[in-house]
Formats: sequence, C-alpha cells, structure tokens
Amino acid sequence: MSAMVPMVNVAALKDTTLLNMGIFALFVLVTMVIVFRASRNNKTAADYYAAGRSFTGSQNGTAIAGDYLSAASFLGITGAIAVNGYDGFLYSIGFLVAWLVALLLVAELLRNTGKFTMADVLSFRLRQRPVRIAAALSTLAVCFFYLLAQMAGAGSLISLLLGISDWGGQALVIVVVGALMIMYVLIGGMKGTTWVQIIKAVLLICGAAVMTLWVLSIYGFNLSNLLGAAADTAKNPNVLNPGLQYGKTETSKLDFLSLGMALVLGTAALPHVLMRFYTVPTAKEARKSVVWSIWLIGLFYLFTLVLGYGAAALVGADTIKSAPGGVNSAAPLLAFHLGGPLLLGFISAVAFATILAVVAGLTITAAASFAHDIYANVISKGKADAGTEVKVARRTVVVIGVLAILGGIFANGQNVAFLVALAFAVAASANLPTIVYSLFWKKFTTQGATWSMYGGLSAAIILIALSPVVSGAKTSMIQGANFAVFPLSNPGIVSIPLAFLLGWLGTVLDKRREDTAKQAEMEVRSLTGVGAEKSVNH
Amino acid sequence: MGNEAQTPDAAASVDFQEVQQTGQFQELRKRHRSFVFPMAIAFLLWYFAYVLLADYAVGFMSTKLWGNINVGLVLGLLQFVSTFGITAWYVHYSNRRLDPIAAEIRNEIEGHEFDKGSAVRGAAK
Repeated sequence: MSAMVPMVNVAALKDTTLLNMGIFALFVLVTMVIVFRASRNNKTAADYYAAGRSFTGSQNGTAIAGDYLSAASFLGITGAIAVNGYDGFLYSIGFLVAWLVALLLVAELLRNTGKFTMADVLSFRLRQRPVRIAAALSTLAVCFFYLLAQMAGAGSLISLLLGISDWGGQALVIVVVGALMIMYVLIGGMKGTTWVQIIKAVLLICGAAVMTLWVLSIYGFNLSNLLGAAADTAKNPNVLNPGLQYGKTETSKLDFLSLGMALVLGTAALPHVLMRFYTVPTAKEARKSVVWSIWLIGLFYLFTLVLGYGAAALVGADTIKSAPGGVNSAAPLLAFHLGGPLLLGFISAVAFATILAVVAGLTITAAASFAHDIYANVISKGKADAGTEVKVARRTVVVIGVLAILGGIFANGQNVAFLVALAFAVAASANLPTIVYSLFWKKFTTQGATWSMYGGLSAAIILIALSPVVSGAKTSMIQGANFAVFPLSNPGIVSIPLAFLLGWLGTVLDKRREDTAKQAEMEVRSLTGVGAEKSVNH
Repeated sequence: MGNEAQTPDAAASVDFQEVQQTGQFQELRKRHRSFVFPMAIAFLLWYFAYVLLADYAVGFMSTKLWGNINVGLVLGLLQFVSTFGITAWYVHYSNRRLDPIAAEIRNEIEGHEFDKGSAVRGAAK
C-alpha cells in the first residue's frame, strides 16, 4: 500500500488537481445558493451590515470561529509546529487567550453601545468627526493588512494544491478568488457572509477532528508516542522544547515577547471580529457568541498541536519545507499521507473556503466602516439616508475587492502567519487603548483618543517599515536595501504601550472637557443594554 | 403605554445621570468591575509568565515529566484549561450576579421612571 510509504510523493499531488477543483466548485455552488436565499431580506442598513441582528449566539459564535480560524491559523500554525516544533504552539496559545479580553472587557459593552462599526462606540461620548475619522482609518489599515495576508496565502496555497506554479496562473486564481468574494459580499451582505463562515467553520473543524483522531490512532492515542515519533523523524529532540525558532538570539527572544503581546491584545481590537457582535439581538447573545467561539477555537488549536507534530512525524520537516507552498503545505501533505487524494481534496477545498470566508468578512467590515463612518457621518454629516449609505457600501466592496486582488498578486509568496501577526500588532496599537479607555475611563477625552489612535497606528506602521520584515534580511520584502533600524519584526512591544501612554497624556493635557451627560448615557447603556439596537423582524 | 414600541430614540428622554447616581446602578458597576478587572489582570499575568518562561527558561520548560511530555507542554495545555475555566466562571457569575440587576434597571428606565423632568415617579408627561 502506497499510504504506508513514510515519504509523501509531492509530484503525485498534481494528479489530484481536478478532484480538488471539483470539491471546491461544489463548495462554491452550495454556498452561493445559500447566499442567494439569505439575501432576499436585505433591505435596510441593519440587514446589510449586521444581518438584521437576527443570528443566535451559537450561530454567531461559529461564524466568529470561521472568521478567526483563517488560513494563517490552519495552514500557518500546523506548518509552524511541524517545522519549528514547540514555538509554533505558542502562536495558538496567544490567539486563544486573547479571547478573554474580548469576553471580559469588550464584547457585551460594545454590543450595547454601538450600531454597526467600532467607530460607533469610540465616538459615542467624544466629538464625532475627529474620532470617527481616526477609527475608520485604523479599521481600514487593519483590514488591509489582514486582507493582504489572506490573499498572499491564497497564492502560495494554490501553487501546492492546484499544481499551478507559474506566476500568471497564480495571479489568475487570485483574481477568481477575489471575484467570488466580491459576489458573496455584494449579494449576501453580512447575512450571506455569516452563512459562508458558519459552513466553513463546521467543515474546517470536522476535517481537522478527523485528521487528529487519525493521527492519534496511529500512535495508540498516546500523545507521548506521537511526540517521540516527531522528535525521531526530525532527528532533533529540541522540537519538543521552546526556543527552536525564537531562542536563537536576545533580539529574537525580545521579538517573541513582542509577538506574544500583539497576539493577546490584538484580537479584541480586530474590527471584523468586533463587527460580528452586532449580528446578534442582545448583549447576552454576544456573550454566548464569545463563549461558543472560545470553545470551538480552543478545540481547534488543540487539534493543530496534534496535526503539527503529526506532520512532523509522518511527513517530515524537510519534505514540507521543500514542497511548493513551503511551511504552509504541512496540513495538506499530512492529509494526503493519511487519506490519499480524497482527504487532500477535502482539506484543500476547506482551505480555499477559509480564505474566501475570511476575505469576505474583512471586506464587508472595511466597506461598512467607509460607508457608515466616513461617508454617512463625516462627508454627508449624517444627512445621507440608509439606502444611499448601503449603495456606497456596495460600491466600496467592489473597490476593496479590486485592491485586495492587486495586493494579493503583489504580496504573493509572503509569509502568511507573519502578515497576520502584523495586523494584530496594528489593531492592538491603534484600537485597543481607545476601546478600553472609552469604555472604562470617565475622564477620557477626544484628544486622548486621537493621540492614541494616530500615535499607535503610525508607530506600528513606521516600525514595521523600518524593521527586518521590509529590508535588510534574507526574507525581507525589499531585497538589496537595508534601512532596518528597528531590530524587531513585530512592533507591539513598543507601539502598544506607547498608544496607551499617548491616550493618557492626550487626556490629561486636554483643556476641553467632554459631555458628562453623554458619559453617563454610555456607561448606563453599556452595562444595562437600555436603548440597544434591536433585531429586525421580517 | 406599552413598551413594545421602544426604539433606541426612546432612551433620548431618559436622564442617564440620574440613573448613574442610583445605588442600584452603582452596585451593578461595582459587581461588573470587581470581577472583570482582577480577572483580566490575573490571566494576563499568567499568560505573560508563561511567555517569559518559554522565552527565557528553556531548560526548565524542557524538563521531562513523563514519557515525552515536558513542563512546557503541560503549562501550555494549562493555558487552555484556564481560558476555558475563566470563560465558564464569568458566564456563571454574570447569569447570577449581573443579568438580573441589569434587567431590573433596564425595565425601570423603559418604564419611564427616569425621564427628564419627572421628579415624581409616574407623573404624567
């Protein structure tokens, strides 16, 4: 039996291209039908942006998991564990623990005070225009980084799964993925996007569960045996210990701390995650959503631990690294080793669906932020009717879709998990301090908010531009130049404390006082849910 | 008369500062903050302790406990356990200690007990 051969024949993967495409086409067909059916009731802005606030906590929780478990989580973390051992596991812990920030400090209070976007909450008791513009800009920046990561992932994934290795072919597939995504979001709005995410989350978690049980059964359901086999294949017992990737130098250790900080503080500030809390009718359902997603995401990351070490043991780090798609190919190669072409086809289709669903969620968030915050509230000063606003949102979807396609083609081949970590760093620096201050600090002012948001955003982006990510290293985006004066590849450790500091400083130096009645209203609303947006009944 | 027609704008006539000053609301805020703040500090300390250990105490984290299971893996899995635990604890706490009092305040506000200019409860608008 060829499945018993320990080495995976990468060349044999090409024979499965048609099967992969078939399974993916089936997924697209089924979800399109669902999106069309779901879109029938898309009438108002609340329908388009927030799915009429009609999803239940468990549905929304599953969709959040679908949104959050991006290609970076599934392919990136499995690959990181397979190649770097324990250090890959550290990513998943940061990604999971971060949900406690969302659960305890943000989700319910945000649901009670906002309408559609993050800026609704941040500008509630401060001066509308400056805060809204700042919040919308940072929303767009985070979405852009995250989108770039997903589209770049699509390119490298395709080279492995569809056997398309030339640049033009990959670009074509990125265009197809982008066009499909634009259709989902245009037609389905938030409701269609949510259903795509729910279906994808169920498929992804089930697929990962089957593979996990399969790997464990090979080792007699003994984790210790699996770890031993991984260390044997790698011929290096250190894959079980921390430090393989980040322990090399003092700088890399500091870099890891910076990454850990960005991961744990970034999640609760990701605009596309925050927007999902508006799709449920009450704060209690928002709480249920987070609880549900914590269980699903936690379970999934436990699976990736087994899958990563399983790939290390059964496929081997060297085979993974030399395969097209590199580190990201660990999970698909493991699927091929276990279940042959059929399981590979299924896992590949799920990985595609993942990219599609996450990109759709990001696009609708960015479009809502532009149409609702910048167009409706700043450009037309609240005088635009909801119909025009939704029209603007739909046009924005097309613009963002095209930008994502171009960005994806340009960023093709960049490290996926890494770009996502940068998006987390930008979110944690630009958004989190202002979210926390405006929910919990009575004296917080407009100046504090704008200093913190612009300061955090620009610090994060400038530090990334001056880091080894962009220049001066073998893996940099720009080769042959070196302006990397900042040694760390993740800016979080500097930019996050700086943004907190600026928020405080801007507030204490502000001569203007904010409206205390508005502060009272926000506090009472956030804790009691009085006057919160209700669900739309059709 | 009824509350069915409550819209977000209905809250516009409410004197929120008056609500904010009530003992009931102060109690709700105290209960919320006295749970979420210490808990947030605790899990962040525990998480960063773990990250620092993995970063700077590689020898300790690599200590084998049984078979190939080492301290690092056990502490990592304990992060999962504590995350699940805190989640369950918070849900239990808010169902019991936060939701009832929040619902009570909400009903009073929606029953127009805190409308502006209605010093006497139940006075005609």
